[in-house]
Amino acid sequence: MLPAAIFVGVFIYYPMLAGSQMAFRHWNLSNLTDTSWIGLQNFATIFADPSFGVILGNSVLWVVASIVPQLVIGFALALWLRRRFRFRGLYQALIFFPWAISGFLIGILFRWMFNGEFGVVNDLLMKTGLIDQGIPWLAQPDTAMFAVIIANIWYGVTFFAIMILAALQSVPDELFEAAALDGAGKVRTLFQITIPYISTTLALTVLLRVIWIFNFPDIIWAMTGGGPANQTHIITTWMITFTQKGDYGVASALGLIVVGLLLVFSAFYLMALRGKKEASS
Amino acid sequence: MIDTETTPARITRIGFLGLWLVITIFPLYWIIVTSFKAPGDIFSYPLQYWPTEFSFENYVQLFEKADFGTYVVNSLVVSTAAATTATLISLLSAYVLARFEFRTKTAILMAFLVTQMIPAFIALGPLYLLMVDLGLVDDRFGLILVYVAVCIPFCTIMLRGFFANVPDALEEAAMIDGCSRLGALFRVIVPVMKPGIVAAFIFNFVNCWNELFLSVTLMNKDENKTIPTALNGFITSFNIDWGSMSAAAVLTILPTMILFAFASRYIVQGLTAGAVKG
Repeated sequence: MLPAAIFVGVFIYYPMLAGSQMAFRHWNLSNLTDTSWIGLQNFATIFADPSFGVILGNSVLWVVASIVPQLVIGFALALWLRRRFRFRGLYQALIFFPWAISGFLIGILFRWMFNGEFGVVNDLLMKTGLIDQGIPWLAQPDTAMFAVIIANIWYGVTFFAIMILAALQSVPDELFEAAALDGAGKVRTLFQITIPYISTTLALTVLLRVIWIFNFPDIIWAMTGGGPANQTHIITTWMITFTQKGDYGVASALGLIVVGLLLVFSAFYLMALRGKKEASS
Repeated sequence: MIDTETTPARITRIGFLGLWLVITIFPLYWIIVTSFKAPGDIFSYPLQYWPTEFSFENYVQLFEKADFGTYVVNSLVVSTAAATTATLISLLSAYVLARFEFRTKTAILMAFLVTQMIPAFIALGPLYLLMVDLGLVDDRFGLILVYVAVCIPFCTIMLRGFFANVPDALEEAAMIDGCSRLGALFRVIVPVMKPGIVAAFIFNFVNCWNELFLSVTLMNKDENKTIPTALNGFITSFNIDWGSMSAAAVLTILPTMILFAFASRYIVQGLTAGAVKG
């Protein structure tokens, strides 16, 4: 136990705590002689930045627009995968494959597909007659944001499918049989039996994913690097640009903002969840 | 489910599953096709959905122009060493956490869980400074140490779940037969848990193999770069050479895909065990 605690302590907790105090200091690699305490000035720099509003909005959009389709498609996949069929194992192994790839490489794959001139997405859309000429997807803020979210949805569906399938398999068959005997239709069974039964797993999975996707810069980093003109940054990608500039003070302040936002969100989410449970029981 | 399925429902199901399979596989297909096109064919109209002539030029370029061989060796060394160490340490901690009751147990579990929630990036700057102090920047050993730390929390939690499925009686019997506790662990339990341990190792390996931001921060010299760090370097230069990039992507993805195919069942078990029970 001790070695594990030492490793995690030294290389994760120590830097994390050190990072937290840097948020209140002037701390720039280009000028290490001045590391004075400057209170909330790093935060002031962030709030005063004209991009901050856009980036905060992007972060929320990034999470919501990714997670809702992931949940819906993942749920549908899981429902359909419950029925046994030949090659089900093979099918699961195949759709599992995005997971073996890093977020960064997924970004690369989609950056190439969304290429404005020789991208296959434009080509397919033109062949099917949906558009007349190629769209420079990653060169315009709106379409770039759309493209990175598509990539993220593609990546995350599997996770939901797997978690939900596991949860579905824990629902006793008798429940479905009883529902069928009572004459409940498929849709009714889904909403009144299946979903309530797995709602806790579902709710916790969603919470974990919200936290995780909020902290997931890899795809955006590889596809747009936050551009054009800072318009596709989320907080974590923005934070990394500060780290790379050596401005650890501002980067750490952004990190604390992320932690704060996620803590508040998780607290409200869990409270709402508990409230709902008590109301229904 | 035991109910009978109507024909339209069946068509919908098969159609949807088929469609999703195509969507899942297509990006991989496209990068592989791109990598085998002659460099000129990558940027030509109409797009070729199958290379008109197969060419290994992109792969050759990758090893001649960029020092891809070095990056592969670095990634292999770092990932193997880190995954092995992390799996061993996690195995012991998971055993302790699964079999003993002690006061700090909940605190340790919580501390491990929290590391999975907080953005690691807040630690990037200070971690860099710490490594400077330790003289471990631009050092593969340093990166290995950091990766071990990053892998331990999740790996421990995952292995602890597997231990829960192994009955206590097994090791008690071994201990009555004269095994020490550690002897019982390695001679009796480890063989039973082998698939789980292999899965944990593969999961760690793939995570290290894929990791980008830590290695970008800690490895600056070209001869020390891992594959993702090197690929990141391909991007920051003005134009992306999609020929080399696609070849590099294929070579990076294939090993992890093969490893994952072996381990996916157990990784799924490890991931879902906690969530469904809790």
